[in-house]
Amino acid sequence: MRSITLRVNGRPVTAEVEPRMTLADFIRERAMLTGTHLGCEHGVCGACTVLLDGASVRSCLLFAVQADGREVTTVEGLARDGELHPLQRAFHVHHGLQCGFCTPGFLMALAELWPSRGLVGREEIEEVVSGQLCRCTGYAGILAAAYDAFGVA
Amino acid sequence: MRYVGRPVPRLEDARLLRGRGRFVADLAPVANVHHVAFVRSPHAHAEIRSIDASAALASEGVLAVVGPEDGRRWLRPFSVGVDGAEPYWPMAIGRARYVGEPVAVVVARDRYLAEDAAERVRVEYEPLPVQMEVEGAPVVTSRSFRFGDPEGAFARAAHRVGATFRFPRYSSTPIECYAVLADWSHAEEEVTVWSNFHGPFVMQPLIAACLGLPENRVRLICPPDIGGSFGIKSGVYAYIPLVALASRLAGVPVRWTADRWEDLVASQAGTDRVTRAEVAVDAEGRMTALRLEITDDVGAHLRPPEPATLYRCFGNLTGAYRIRDLAVEARAVLTNRPPTGLNRGFGGQQLYFTLERLVDMVARRLGLDAAEVRRRNLVPPAEMPYRTPLGGVYDPGDYPALLDELLARADYPGLVAERDRLRAQGRLAGVGMAMVIDPSGTNLGYIELARTPEERSRGLGKSGCTESATLTMDPLGNVRLRIATAPEGQGHETVAAQIVADELGVPISSVRVDAGVDTAAQAWNVSSGSYSSRFAPITSSAVIRACAALKARLRAIASGILEASPDDLELVDGSVRVRGTDRALPIRRVAGLAHWDPGALPAGVEPLLHVTASFSSHLARSPGQDDTVDSSICYGAVADLCLVDIDPETYEVAIRGYWTVHDSGRILNPLLADGQVMGALAHGVGGALYEELVFDRAGTPLATSFADYLCPTAREIPEVHIHHRHGETPFVPSGARGIGEGNSMSAPAAVANAIADALSERGVEITELPVHGSKIWKWLQETATAR
Repeated sequence: MRSITLRVNGRPVTAEVEPRMTLADFIRERAMLTGTHLGCEHGVCGACTVLLDGASVRSCLLFAVQADGREVTTVEGLARDGELHPLQRAFHVHHGLQCGFCTPGFLMALAELWPSRGLVGREEIEEVVSGQLCRCTGYAGILAAAYDAFGVA
Repeated sequence: MRYVGRPVPRLEDARLLRGRGRFVADLAPVANVHHVAFVRSPHAHAEIRSIDASAALASEGVLAVVGPEDGRRWLRPFSVGVDGAEPYWPMAIGRARYVGEPVAVVVARDRYLAEDAAERVRVEYEPLPVQMEVEGAPVVTSRSFRFGDPEGAFARAAHRVGATFRFPRYSSTPIECYAVLADWSHAEEEVTVWSNFHGPFVMQPLIAACLGLPENRVRLICPPDIGGSFGIKSGVYAYIPLVALASRLAGVPVRWTADRWEDLVASQAGTDRVTRAEVAVDAEGRMTALRLEITDDVGAHLRPPEPATLYRCFGNLTGAYRIRDLAVEARAVLTNRPPTGLNRGFGGQQLYFTLERLVDMVARRLGLDAAEVRRRNLVPPAEMPYRTPLGGVYDPGDYPALLDELLARADYPGLVAERDRLRAQGRLAGVGMAMVIDPSGTNLGYIELARTPEERSRGLGKSGCTESATLTMDPLGNVRLRIATAPEGQGHETVAAQIVADELGVPISSVRVDAGVDTAAQAWNVSSGSYSSRFAPITSSAVIRACAALKARLRAIASGILEASPDDLELVDGSVRVRGTDRALPIRRVAGLAHWDPGALPAGVEPLLHVTASFSSHLARSPGQDDTVDSSICYGAVADLCLVDIDPETYEVAIRGYWTVHDSGRILNPLLADGQVMGALAHGVGGALYEELVFDRAGTPLATSFADYLCPTAREIPEVHIHHRHGETPFVPSGARGIGEGNSMSAPAAVANAIADALSERGVEITELPVHGSKIWKWLQETATAR
């Protein structure tokens, strides 16, 4: 067991963990934030995507100890002061989610791109969206939401 | 009408977008929850010689190992819907029959420790020969049907067109896998189960019987959020007795959250099918008779509700066409694959791949355009409502107008010109269409077709599509609706709230909807749940009925103060008003009166603002002695057209444009309706081009992760042009038909027809799916060699 401290959505979370505990399980079972979902646990579906120091990662493929001392942002950290993030608002307006299980992963993958808005076009957005799996929407609502949020015609 | 028919964004989104959904894995309803891990068979067929759990039991944190002997002692096999079939135990007892079949269940403090210990359970197997081919596999159910005079029609036919079609086995792989949390109470002799099960709740009595408990001691709770299913999660019921038994024997609540390997090898898949089909055609291209010899591979067990895939589309087996003479052989065989069951479209994609490919083959044989052959065969509007020879009663629709609208929307001549332009550039391009009848609101009675009329006459009849709704109004006039659908993303909370708001004349913000299920705390019945597109026609109608009951009560309560007959009162704009006057009471006053001052109510008026109502169509009846059945309450129609473009070097298939036109009755929420269409279409495209659960000859599954089971990503889904023909079905109070499955049935056929068109000049015929580059290359090599 090792004692580690991660900053999760701006708050320090300290816990004793086994080295083999995944970052995803740490987020769900130690930080008690269940918005990060597990869909395949082998890095393909992207449901567990979070930001680690601002870069998107598959939290099922990292060990929690690898994130010791670093900053993690999960879907719970997107909305500020109760106000939805523009990406979340766009997903709502364009019906970019159905069951909502994959949604946190899509939001966090796009959140990585958010600081580059104005510089990215449809191609970059499609590239990010095609790295995640959704079985409900056929992706049309997700792409429409992302284009709208990024102000891409 | 203020909400129904409008694109109201979803109420569910508020929690889901913030990561505050409540999925099974997020729930901690009881303390001291332990975890299970399954020991699963690595063999497709093997005798289980012995099991040694001692090392596992000595592992850190392990409480119990439940093995086949425990299963035999404490469980009973599931009852199976066919007389004389092998009993179906939810775990391998004596013999394992597919790779991944549960052999033992380990209970430990957490999932990591449970999985460690599961690896230490030593099982000695003696491998047995495997049966993977459908041909020659043991038949578990077989029935012959004959309607009209198929022999005569085939004898008189100017043309006979036929082929053997193979439809693949695939899943819809919901991103959330199976999950069960069970808490066995020894004190109460009861088990409480939280699971992402969504019905049909006919499985609840099966679970109870398997556990040897009365049905009222199995409490099933389905949380408000389920991470997709598309039918696949109906199969989680087979695991519930195992997890419940693990809780019983370990003496603690236990949780199982499946991983993707378990999902792909041992959850549930759509049924793979081989169909020998032939159609009789007259000189003008009219199809007069159809012969279908259907063989479904249901895997290692006939797991209920199988063999339902054979019969779900029975009433609409002739599709959109006026075919009056039929001969049908319907059989299911057992192989050493995992059990099958519901998968979006359920029986429809298998049927229409055959039927719609046949129609295109007829067109080619007669030198007619594919749209023209369809036009000559469609059921004419004058014959609506149309009763098929199999007993299906199609609610009114104008199929020729639907086809015409599709051709106009897509600019069919322009699309054919585009195809020819691509061909001139050396591309392999093709145009394909499909027309399907999309059944919604299952009549559960169809499953009885697996039994002969004589076998059926010995038992009770089976029929039904009942759904219920409960409305409660609080003292301030806000309402809470409870329905038993356990939705998995369809947006039932939103649409039900739209209906309640309109029916009661209140703002949608004053309506709360609970769609999760608790069998101990609400109205439900064996038909309840989410399956076969039943929300729009059936559940919505039950909600309308519940609103009518609550309105009647509110009118009776208000009639005293308003000094008017309840019949002269109406609910508008948040008030109960005397029709044609401005005398009105706000609903909150009426509600307050009922809650706080029932003594002031007119004599005999019931003060409780809590009503339950149900809807069940009289059309849902058990099959007749002549084996006809109206297998669904409503029948929508869908017409699709697409252009495919195949790379002449890599043979990669790209869909360049896709048009779909629906006649789904009243559209309750166009935003959500189009979402359902897109989702269903994506599943159809996946099945046509990418997704397949492949096995080697030894029965080992080869698609066991998302690295080798290919789900379409955003890059693979084409732009889709969606159109609706508006109208209401008179068959249900909601006026709405289902919409979430049609394109799962039509897209595989439309894409296959387009690819067949693209390859037609190369002598390749499409009789199987999925079609991808390596297959096209192989077929082209074969035809080149043959020439």
